Parts: sequence; structure tokens; C-alpha cells
Amino acid sequence: MRLYGTFNGTLVIAGFAILFTLIAPSIFQFFTIITLTQVIGLSILALSLALVWGFGGILCFGQSAFFGIGAYAYSVAAVNIGGSTGSIFIAILAAAVFAAILGYFVFYGKVSDVYLAVITLTVSLILYSLMRRTSGPEYKIGNALLGGFNGTGSAPLNMPGDGSAMLFPMQTFYVSMAILVIAYVFTGWLVTTKFGRVCVSIRENEVRTELLGYDTRLYKLCLFSISAGIAGLGGVLFCVGVTRVTPDVFSLGQSALAIIWVIVGGRMTLIGPILATFVLYFLTSSLGSQQILNANLVLGIILVVFVLLVPNGVVPTIMNWFERRRTKRYERQKERRMKLRKHRAIG
Amino acid sequence: MARREVVVETRNLSMHFGGVRAVDNVDFELREKELRCLIGPNGAGKSTFFKCLTGQLRPTSGDVVIRDIIMTGRESHEIASLGVGIKTQVPNLFDGLTAVENLWLSSRRWHGDRRANTLVKETIDRLELGEIRSSIVGSLAHGQRQMVELGMVVAAEPWLVLLDEPAAGMTEEETFKTAELVREINKTSALIVVEHDMNFIRAISDIVTLFHQGSIFMEDKMDVISADPNAREIYLGHKT
Repeated sequence: MRLYGTFNGTLVIAGFAILFTLIAPSIFQFFTIITLTQVIGLSILALSLALVWGFGGILCFGQSAFFGIGAYAYSVAAVNIGGSTGSIFIAILAAAVFAAILGYFVFYGKVSDVYLAVITLTVSLILYSLMRRTSGPEYKIGNALLGGFNGTGSAPLNMPGDGSAMLFPMQTFYVSMAILVIAYVFTGWLVTTKFGRVCVSIRENEVRTELLGYDTRLYKLCLFSISAGIAGLGGVLFCVGVTRVTPDVFSLGQSALAIIWVIVGGRMTLIGPILATFVLYFLTSSLGSQQILNANLVLGIILVVFVLLVPNGVVPTIMNWFERRRTKRYERQKERRMKLRKHRAIG
Repeated sequence: MARREVVVETRNLSMHFGGVRAVDNVDFELREKELRCLIGPNGAGKSTFFKCLTGQLRPTSGDVVIRDIIMTGRESHEIASLGVGIKTQVPNLFDGLTAVENLWLSSRRWHGDRRANTLVKETIDRLELGEIRSSIVGSLAHGQRQMVELGMVVAAEPWLVLLDEPAAGMTEEETFKTAELVREINKTSALIVVEHDMNFIRAISDIVTLFHQGSIFMEDKMDVISADPNAREIYLGHKT
């Protein structure tokens, strides 16, 4: 039984994603395509949390901190540089470096898992109230005003090397899907490497991993930092999709949403949280257009139902079901063959 | 015969828990390719001594020296990094992973990808783990888990092996198999084995160190120790 697939499985899913990208413009309305860019950003946030929590066993409750840092870093850098390509890398780097510094104190200080969740959440909330207080002309980085409560504008993506050649929404969607596929294949590959396998072993039994001679602190720090970088990349696409970034990216709600996506999709997989993000996002936004049921209430019910009834998440449960059916069928065939053989022996 | 090089040494090693002297001024020496058993009644300090060696506990005073490097108070992974294979008292495995993955993780720490894969294969054949190779180790029986853990030690090819109660909870047949395995490991590496099972010790040991109240009471061949009236009283007196 393998809950998470092989790297070939990752490539197959990536193939489906490319297929989806190609047919999406013909089945969705133009407005939906624009919204999809935001959702792709959010799904990359879910992917990064699946990596650090599902595979590394590090429950980072404030993954949205890195997501928000990525979004802010991109928006600020794009104004100052005047182009999106370099700004994307700056955003990834900013999130990863911030996580590396925070992670150094947390992991080398041997802070236990529960406190790590609390600390990361707190950091996220500190950033939330910090960014809300940055209204006024004195709060600016280079030429970019931080804008306090209202946030700051995020430049659209442009052609590499030409800051004035902005991408159209449809092109932005293609680029975003490409980035999602790359991020997904990268994480899918990462968990099959020695590094990824050691991280999984830390999730399973940290003391044992240490006794084998691995420096678990270093592995956790690297994983934490890589996943933060991916979250930062998600933040970039999100703010490009929304066209601005507000302190809300650091809010408690944002952090909780990411956890819900990962729980519903299945934290031992990488594709589950991505799919859950898409489904739940469109579910809540369609609920938001009517007045009978509160969208947050529905989301809360979904979370409770999943934690109680489908604790592994959707994707692993479906995979297990298929696996069980296959073994059952195999056993039935074996039984039939045995019976036949007995029959022949008697006859 | 020239005396072989000392590979593990403790100098005045003490570990106190409040007023309890779990390990008290222990001077201990292990030479290359030696197989040493640590015995003693419950609470004699064997396991605490073992934990000081593996870096799971930081001794109150004294030093642990491994191959002329002072390793006192170092992290477990630093001690393991010297090429030391450790098996703790409670089966300590990656419960959610397969047996093969458990062995691979151990082997890969020391060897390249290809060598690690061959070593894992060899170990599976040697320990007859073929049937359970793809099973999740959390679902295995106790004896099988012990075997997987020994396999993890073997697959890494360490030069020094520290085993805490490798035969605990095993059937007679499994104990016999383990003893055979320990002797085979001993052909290439030095071993320290903490054990309760007298038959197991008789099957493997050369020199035995008897712990009593945190210090070394005597160090000799098993026959001599079991013939010694004082040693018998320490050991058997507590047991009955």
C-alpha cells in the first residue's frame, strides 16, 4: 500500500493539468479565467503546506505568513524594478530567507511541534497588525507605498525583460498554470529524493532519524525554507490575480483556510490539497452569492465532517478504496483458479 | 597478541538524577572488534550508561571518548555520524514506512545510492525479511520489528554497534537467530550489547561487564561471573 504515488504518478497528473490548461478557455467564462489566477496562487499555498506538514510533519499554522511576504515582496519589488520577472524571484527569496531565519531559532532551539504551530501563527498575526499600521506616506519601500489597511497595488505580469509588455489575463492564466505545474512537479520530485525520504522519516520518528546520524534540525530547516519559498510564489500569483495585496493575506482566516484545504484534500498527498483548494474556493464563492446559508458556516461543517469521517482526506481515501478493490479482485481470481485446479484434479 | 586499539572509553563517567547516582564514576574500555555484554539487575545503570554513550543523555560529569574524540554531551546524530549503529531498547522504527524504506534510510546515511540499494537487498536476504519487505513496519509482530531494527544496523555497516536489549520479547528461535547475527556483525565491528537474557549472553559473549548500583562490579568471562558468589547474589538475589 502506498498512499502517495511514485514520480511517474506525479507526471501523469501534471499531464492532466496541462490538458486542463488547454481546454479551460473554451469551457470557462472569461471572468472565471481571471479568478482562476488567484485560485492557482492559493492552491500553491496549499501545496507548500502539504509539503511541510504532510511530508515533513511540521505543522506550520502560519504558512500564510510566507504567502503574504511573497505577495508584498513582489508588489514592492515590481514598483521599484519596473518588471515582474525579477520580482518573482525576489518574492520567493524573501519568503525563503524569512523562513530560514525564523526556522533557525525554532528548530535549533528544539521547540516542540505544538509550540511551532503557535509561533508560526503568531508571526503571521504580528505581520497582520504590523502591515495594517503602515498607512501614510512615510511607510514606503523605495517608491512603493505600503498602504496600511488598503494594501498596495500589484503590477500585472509582463514579458521577461520588457516591463511595458504586460500579459493579457488569458496569458497570465497560462503562465500561472505553468508555474503551478512546475511547482507541483518540483515538490513531487523532491519527496522522492534522499532529502525528501529523510524528511518523511523525521515525520515518522525524529529520534530514530537522529540516531541514524542525520542532523534532523538541518533537514527540517531546509524543508521549512523550501516550502516557504513555494508559499511565497503562491503569494505572487495571488496578488497578481487580485491586482493588489492587503494585510488580509496574513489574517487568521487565511491561515485557517490553508489548513482546511490540506485536511480536506489529504495531507499525505500533494495533488489532494491543490484540488481541494479549487473545489472549496468555487464552492464558497458560489455560496457567497446567495443569502440563505453563510459560506463560513458551510466551510466549518465541511471541516468538521472531514476531521470526523474522512480524516485522511479525499484523495488518499479514494486511492485506498481502489487499492482495496484491486486486491479483492485479485484474491477472488486466485480463489477461482484454485477451485478450478481442485476440480481438474478430482475429475 | 598485541592489544588492539581502544575505540570506546569512558573516564569517570557519572550521571546523577537529583540524588540518585544512576551511573557513578565508571571507567570503561572497549577495544576494536570486541564484543562486550553489559549485564546487571534492573536499575543497575546499564541503560543510563548506554544512553550516555549514544548522546541521548548528557552525563553529569566525566567523559565519553570514541576513537580518541571526546564526544561528551554531543548530539545523538553527531555520535552516529562517526559510524556508530544504534538500536534502542524499545523497538524504534519508522512505523508508517515499509521495512525496505526503514533499511534504506539507515544505509543511505553512509553509502551512495547504488551501494545502499545493494546493501538493503543483501540484508533482506541475510535476515530472511523477504516476506515482510513491503509491509508497513507498524503492523508487524514484535519479533519481526526487532529483526527489522537489527537489519537497519546491519545495512549501514557501522564499525561500532550499540545494542540495547536486542533479544527482548523474542521467541527462542528468534533469540537464537539474533545471537548468530550478533556474532556475524562482530566479525567486522565492535559491539556493546545490553542484555537480560542469560542464554543469549552465553551464546554470544566473550567478556561481560556486570553493573551494580551504578558502577562496574566486575568484568570477566561469563563462566567466571556466574561462578562468583557475590555476583550471583547481586544478580539472582534481585531477581528472585
